[in-house]
Amino acid sequence: MGLQIIKPDTKIDFMGKRKLGLFVSGLIILLGIGFIIVQGGLKLGIDFAGGVNIQISTQKDVQVSSLKNSLDTANLPQIRVQRFGRDQNNGYLLRIPETGTSPEKLRSSVKQTLESNLEMPFQINRLEMVGPKVGSDLKSKALQALFYAVLLISIYISGRFEQKWVTAGFMAICLVTGIYLLDLLAVPLIILILGALVITLGLCWYLQLNYALGAVVALIHDVLITACIFTFLGKGFDLTTVAALLTIIGYSLNDTIVIFDRIRENLSGKHHSTLQETINNSVNQTLSRTLITSLTTLIMVLSLCILGGGVIHDFAIALLIGVLSGTYSSIFIASPLLLGIGPSPEKEEESQEMAEA
Amino acid sequence: MKNNILWRIIVAAIVIGIGAIYALPSFLAEDNALRNVLPDKEINLGLDLQGGINLTLGVDMETSYKNSLNQLGEQIRSELRDDEVLILRPRAINKEKLQFVLLKSSQKQKLEDYINKYYNKQLKITRVEDLKKDQLRYTLAYTSSYKEKIKDMTIDQVLKVVRNRINQFGVNQPDIRKLQNDRIQVQLPGLENAKRAIELVKRTALLELQLVNDEADLEKARDGVVPPGSELAYMYESGAQGDKKGEPIVLKKRTLMTGEHISDANVAYGRYNNPYVSLTFDPIGARKFERLTGKYQGKRMAIVLDDKVYSAPTIQEKIRGGKASITGQFKLQEARDLAIVLRAGSLPAPVEILQERSVGASLGKLSIQQGVRSMVVGGILILLFTIIYYGIGGVIVDTLLGFNLLLILGVLAGFGATLTLPGIAGIILLIGTAVDASVLIFERIREEFRRGMSARKAVDEGFSKSTLTIVDANVTTIIAAIILYQFGTGPIRGFAVTLAIGIVASMFTAIFVSRIFFDLWLQRNKPGTALKL
Repeated sequence: MGLQIIKPDTKIDFMGKRKLGLFVSGLIILLGIGFIIVQGGLKLGIDFAGGVNIQISTQKDVQVSSLKNSLDTANLPQIRVQRFGRDQNNGYLLRIPETGTSPEKLRSSVKQTLESNLEMPFQINRLEMVGPKVGSDLKSKALQALFYAVLLISIYISGRFEQKWVTAGFMAICLVTGIYLLDLLAVPLIILILGALVITLGLCWYLQLNYALGAVVALIHDVLITACIFTFLGKGFDLTTVAALLTIIGYSLNDTIVIFDRIRENLSGKHHSTLQETINNSVNQTLSRTLITSLTTLIMVLSLCILGGGVIHDFAIALLIGVLSGTYSSIFIASPLLLGIGPSPEKEEESQEMAEA
Repeated sequence: MKNNILWRIIVAAIVIGIGAIYALPSFLAEDNALRNVLPDKEINLGLDLQGGINLTLGVDMETSYKNSLNQLGEQIRSELRDDEVLILRPRAINKEKLQFVLLKSSQKQKLEDYINKYYNKQLKITRVEDLKKDQLRYTLAYTSSYKEKIKDMTIDQVLKVVRNRINQFGVNQPDIRKLQNDRIQVQLPGLENAKRAIELVKRTALLELQLVNDEADLEKARDGVVPPGSELAYMYESGAQGDKKGEPIVLKKRTLMTGEHISDANVAYGRYNNPYVSLTFDPIGARKFERLTGKYQGKRMAIVLDDKVYSAPTIQEKIRGGKASITGQFKLQEARDLAIVLRAGSLPAPVEILQERSVGASLGKLSIQQGVRSMVVGGILILLFTIIYYGIGGVIVDTLLGFNLLLILGVLAGFGATLTLPGIAGIILLIGTAVDASVLIFERIREEFRRGMSARKAVDEGFSKSTLTIVDANVTTIIAAIILYQFGTGPIRGFAVTLAIGIVASMFTAIFVSRIFFDLWLQRNKPGTALKL
């Protein structure tokens, strides 16, 4: 036998601690949302807000402030200078908000100013310009992507876990109609997305698609936690962040589904126990797998975070938060929710009958 | 049973072998002899890894609609003049309406018959107003089908011209394609001089010949008082800081001729070795040019390119043979680029750069290095962990991981998919998650084994019970990958593709290939041997 992190007969009472879990998550999310509101909304990166980013590297190390001073004569009052990547690369990121100046002018003015003011060779490594039109397009695309992810996934889970493909299809039709109607009213996209989420959750509740409800709440939780911590770290939202969020959704669900699968299996078995015990047992039985998978994933994400370089750093940070949150939420959010609302009515009665017998 | 295993080994070997054959060429040196045997497909590197420029161009359709309305107006006026119907001031009033005045209201029927007969596909009369002095003002609008047609034609023309210019500029494997919403994507790999390429692409390159109004008072013109039918312009001078406004000059507004009929343009050298651009007109252009120079002999004619006046020489004599030249204070490179754009033709509508992402080749290389480094370091940690945790089982997990990597790289190369930096991150992430499928199976086998099952039974149960879970859990990630592909842009799409390929590969290795290892082990050992896992 190899090592075992989790002893086979482990019985941690996760369900008993569910209120603590919900409280902690609720607290983080509330604080995070409060922080985001105080900040005046999510901090948007260049992809959504538009603007120009220029990444340069210098031959020797320069102080950020002196780099900023040497850019003074370029007459770009809103320019922000920050270090980029690890120090030894002498990389710096110059961020210029959308002003309507063409990127070619900015490129040459930054280049010329630095050439005359900075007393060492430097290189422009990367330039990104996103105009306002493209920025708003990308924003709506990103929101749509998140929305469709939630929709398709809740349909898949309902269909797969509860054999309710017809109900799931009905939900999809309701949702598409609802969104179409909201769209006719020309409400802003963000409201549209929130509306879609509310409709999805409401329908899951009403149609008693409980596994889907638990999974969707858990993944909304993960996305929110990641967004909150990300904002708290002062990082901006970009296309890559959204890609990370979608990956997190995939990962978090993966974890949740493994536990749900076990719950379903145990419920159909001949165990004479209450729903709470069944859920608790299932979480414990899969605990060692849950931890090993998060551990191996975390090893890779951490090494990407530390060694992967500046361009991919934010992506790796988002994944890191998401993997942690995804693991946590499948145990402390998704499974307890199933207990709160019951997996699905017939099965609950069945298991209760069994418990009584 | 034995036969069955043999077949499964053969299938697995073929799949993994094909993966390896396709993955290999991407890692061989250019002159390696193996290249002659292996497929010549390699993994494409995205612009973020090999360096290059990615532009999104927006075509200004409004200007294009206006231009073609003005053209239609001029055309109708000159055709009707032959029928002795006079119309005045045809002009586009916005992007879809044309207005003109009919001089005699008695010709109303004649005009409307003419338009309905010859122009019913393009225009429809939307309004007729009575003006004083027996005149009628007509407003016409585009038919929707014609508007659509203009749009398609304009975008196609822009595409053609941009392609032409890039080809003449000399870029390896440029990729220029239509996007939605009147947009065009231009990808130029491995180009270091971004500025020059971008200016070449976005230049309208509309060449116009206009007469100089020498009677106008320059001082007054500078204060904003310009004679009717004339406009103030400035001579073009190139300076160290880019373009500069030179001396002011007053031009007559009417364009005598455009660059439409240029058949060739080249750089030539003048008396003092100063570069200039020599133009050759096609036969129609040559005839037009000859007539113009004859008619305006002794006057000054300005050569205007994109509203900049390059030169305004006096016409000495009627010029035959369809040759002209643009002189000015050029640097050689400028003259070359000018020749390219004149040869490739002008853009039918102005384009705007909506998005630019350029990455230097050295940063791309660095990204690859850093990506590979984090992959190697993380991978070694995973190897150690799995072997410590699962013993021999860990060796199986790691072998499967190796197969996974081969399959991902092989599929990327075989389908000519593009590997981007997020794609590399995807592979790194996958190394972490691919272990999951094996872990699910192993943990399950351990569990069944603890319940007192025999090794064979435990393996059977472990596989059969975890297969569905593995499929369920991975389908959701595939859904996420499909959505990412659908909504993402270049690098993100690369990530989505790697993610999807990797998941399928990990399911294949964990469910199909690892079963072979277990069955071989079971065959070799007597029933009842303890399962070292």
